Amino acid sequence: MKFLALLALVVLAAGCASARRTPALFVVVPEANGHVGAIVVRTDREERVIDSAYGAQRLRGDGSVEASRLTAADVRRDFGSTLDALPGKPAAFLLYFLEGRDELTVDSKAEMEKVFTELKRRPLPDILVIGHTDTVGGLAFNDRLSLARAERLREMMIGLGIPSERIAAAGRGKRELLVPTEDNVSEPRNRRVEINVR
Amino acid sequence: MRKWILAAAMAAAFPVAAADVGLIKVSKGSVQIQRGAGKMPATVGAGVQASDVIITGADGSAGITFTDNSLVSVGPGTVFAIDKYSFDTTTHQGEFEGNLKQGRLAAISGKMVKQSPESMKIRTPSAIMGVRGTEFLVQVDEKAQ
Repeated sequence: MKFLALLALVVLAAGCASARRTPALFVVVPEANGHVGAIVVRTDREERVIDSAYGAQRLRGDGSVEASRLTAADVRRDFGSTLDALPGKPAAFLLYFLEGRDELTVDSKAEMEKVFTELKRRPLPDILVIGHTDTVGGLAFNDRLSLARAERLREMMIGLGIPSERIAAAGRGKRELLVPTEDNVSEPRNRRVEINVR
Repeated sequence: MRKWILAAAMAAAFPVAAADVGLIKVSKGSVQIQRGAGKMPATVGAGVQASDVIITGADGSAGITFTDNSLVSVGPGTVFAIDKYSFDTTTHQGEFEGNLKQGRLAAISGKMVKQSPESMKIRTPSAIMGVRGTEFLVQVDEKAQ
């Protein structure tokens, strides 16, 4: 019995030693705006959080994990062509309708011009129109209302010559207030439509 | 009546190319999308779907935008599988499981991670990474030593 247990242990140890891991490198890099995020790396043995600029963890072939720090030059050398292929960040625009009508405010018409400028800058733009409401009414009601607003703007943009298959519409209801308010508060700045250009 | 409004709302929320979860925005050198048994060139404008595998040659790189505004690029000699992807544009709940089998990847997380940290994960052969935000790099190969 003791022999069996010992044998099992030896087999297990041998198994561990021979189980070669595929090496990997994980790095957190600062965004263009300087923001530094965090990632968590989990292996079968441990968990490591990386939350500093150019902070890195290397998983080695023997299964060990080693913390290190890269430089901007290291990243450029090893990930240059990868980073060059990263698409540009989506641009966001906010538009407001005249109250009770499906006509944009004067300011929003000017904003719409900027949307078209942005569309021309992108290789193959796709657009998400997102409707938002204020907090008057229930969740389901506002989800529908926000989608209806987004759909209305989508139709307008198709009318302005953007191919329909390039534009999707979504409604966020009262889930993402621009101006935080209590429930059931009428707030024109929250009744908006956002255009994301990717 | 209410049912009709809801049905219309649903139809509007999921346009024709409902299966597309992302779009190829950048494509340099040899880049292919493997979908099931088929393979197609990943040209700019090609749709990317859950379960697709992006494969680049020694001279290849590609950039993808996803529906939650996540941005992902892959470098030369890369095999990157999109194991799972779902995103609800209303609630921002979702799940993104990528699998970097080899090569290099850069990414900036999007709306789902902002809503629920670690809803985006990148698997590598020997580790799994949870994304709390926002920009990060992963490399899988023998030279990562």
